[in-house]
Amino acid sequence: MEYFLELFFSGLTRGSIYALIALGYTMVYGIIGLINFAHGEIYMIGAFTALICATVLTIWGLPPLAVLGLSAFAAIIWSAAYGLTVERIAYRPLRHAPRLSPLISAIGMSIFLQNYVLLAQTADFVSFPALIPDFAWLEPYRSIIGSSDLVILLTTAVVMLLLTILIKGTKIGRAMRATAQDREMALLLGIDVNLVISVTFVIGSALAAIGGVLIASHIGQINFAIGFLAGIKAFTAAVLGGIGSVPGAVLGSLLLGWTESFATGYISSDYEDVFAFALLVLILIFRPSGILGRHHNQKV
Amino acid sequence: MVWKNQRIQVFVLLTGLFCGSFGLANAAEPIRLGVAGAHSGDLASYGLPSLNAARLVVKEVNARGGVLGRPIEILAEDDVCKPEIAINTATKLISEKVDIVIGHICSGATKATLGIYNDAKLVVISPSATNPELTQSGRYPNFFRTIAADDAQARQEVDFAIKTLKLKKLAVLHDKGDYGKGLAEFAKGFIEKSGAAEVVLYEGVTPGAVDYSAVVQKIKRSGADGVIFGGYHPEASKVVSQMRKKGMKTVFISDDGVKDDTFIKVAGQYAEGVYASGPKDTSTNPLTKAAILAHQKEYGSEPGAFFLNAYAATLAAVNAIDKAGSTDFAALVKALREQTVETPLGAIRFDESGDAIGVGFSMYVVRGGVYQEVL
Repeated sequence: MEYFLELFFSGLTRGSIYALIALGYTMVYGIIGLINFAHGEIYMIGAFTALICATVLTIWGLPPLAVLGLSAFAAIIWSAAYGLTVERIAYRPLRHAPRLSPLISAIGMSIFLQNYVLLAQTADFVSFPALIPDFAWLEPYRSIIGSSDLVILLTTAVVMLLLTILIKGTKIGRAMRATAQDREMALLLGIDVNLVISVTFVIGSALAAIGGVLIASHIGQINFAIGFLAGIKAFTAAVLGGIGSVPGAVLGSLLLGWTESFATGYISSDYEDVFAFALLVLILIFRPSGILGRHHNQKV
Repeated sequence: MVWKNQRIQVFVLLTGLFCGSFGLANAAEPIRLGVAGAHSGDLASYGLPSLNAARLVVKEVNARGGVLGRPIEILAEDDVCKPEIAINTATKLISEKVDIVIGHICSGATKATLGIYNDAKLVVISPSATNPELTQSGRYPNFFRTIAADDAQARQEVDFAIKTLKLKKLAVLHDKGDYGKGLAEFAKGFIEKSGAAEVVLYEGVTPGAVDYSAVVQKIKRSGADGVIFGGYHPEASKVVSQMRKKGMKTVFISDDGVKDDTFIKVAGQYAEGVYASGPKDTSTNPLTKAAILAHQKEYGSEPGAFFLNAYAATLAAVNAIDKAGSTDFAALVKALREQTVETPLGAIRFDESGDAIGVGFSMYVVRGGVYQEVL
């Protein structure tokens, strides 16, 4: 039973990490129908920004939690700026182009950002300080859930809640939903669609940055390529849950995290990815638009 | 008339040749050292440094008056690292009556030729063929090498875990890559064969994954008292950090992919006490310094791959001929196995199977943020 719990929490942590990144994919897809392949790189840039910031702040002698908070804040601002810029440069000019063009532009952006960080920073893995301190009261349960796991879970839960409130209950949230349903109609009704899209990118990038800081602190190392695999996994999770659906992305991420964790724990980590993608195929066979994805009728 | 002229020319030529060889025989018949390997093509960078090493050693020995009072002559033959060409290379060297061969460079080419050399009773010393089979199959008593076999590192790690640390239950992990998985498979085999310990877990982890806690939980559940990890430092540091964060004190043993300062930098405090195998440090050996200096002086550049191994192989060959007192096959083999020779790789001699004793890997441990050799 203890082993089951350990795997359960390990999967939950993994799933929460995927969820923070998957939300960015799913929100952007929901609004403009674009798969933003550069999203994984935004996550990576968030981690690097936090690293630079944390190094400076630690030299100034701030307490760890303050360092964590401030570097996460810096990472959010910086990543959001990147997200916004990427949208302006690579996607907005292609808004009315055939669907493949922005996709290729996204892949190009992803490669560009990776290599930019490779050249500006380093190709090596660099050590990321453990910004999340070990909580003394968690000590007896350390083997089941560590302090960084707990912080990741709580942060993800809070972020999900705020995001739901934002989408369901605010003016900009309503505008986002309207744009997602029908961009042209929203435009006719006086919604600033460009602003809505920009806001979506900013929110998605901010979530990715939070993910980047938490994971980097959890794992303790980063390099320029970490965004690729994390991005692919999060994208898989978003598709699994139904791309375009916010609760779907969370559900898909948790499901993927648990599948990987239990497959590793009870079968073999050699087959971790095999099971993850077998699950994806299986679900897509029975529900082609994902677990919570809505089936879109072709508009006449 | 034309026909007659040609005959005279041939006659003169032949007589000339005879006189020539008689003259040489009177001075001292040179010892013929065959050097086979890739001297051209895309793998030439593996073979040419060995040829340079052999030339440097021979130059030095000849300057001292040769060995057994005879000068050494080098016959270089190119096999471009291709087994089918290597067979021709070997046949050619045999027909040119070489006394001993330094080569071949690539494992495939070496394997293809060993039978031919064995039939011709020729000793072959390779500076770079690392395929374990070459020595362990026992089929080639004429084969020796001055480089550790591919599985030597795994053997070193397993011996260290079982004999030095007295571990009983080992978890073997790898990163699913060629290097890591190959090593892990050898390690698993050695542990099972030893009978002194058991493999309680054998798994591959996905490189670059965001979290390894599930596999770490599995290690804990398996009850392993030691982990042998085959792979590179990014995964090793993630696995070891997560183990330590979960309060596990399981011994962590890895390979030269981890014996890298980046590992210590990234894993930080969690790196302390991690064991890793790595090539023996020979840079402080005076012979190494002299050999590298000689290369810089002669060729104006830094030596390339396997240079020191080839330097050691040639020294071992010369020493064996000197100690054996002849180039007789049985005497040479005996001398190679029994006589220790000082080389840039340290004092070496060869075991029954042909692997060099004293060449290979050492264990290192992280202490105070640096790798220190375990003695």
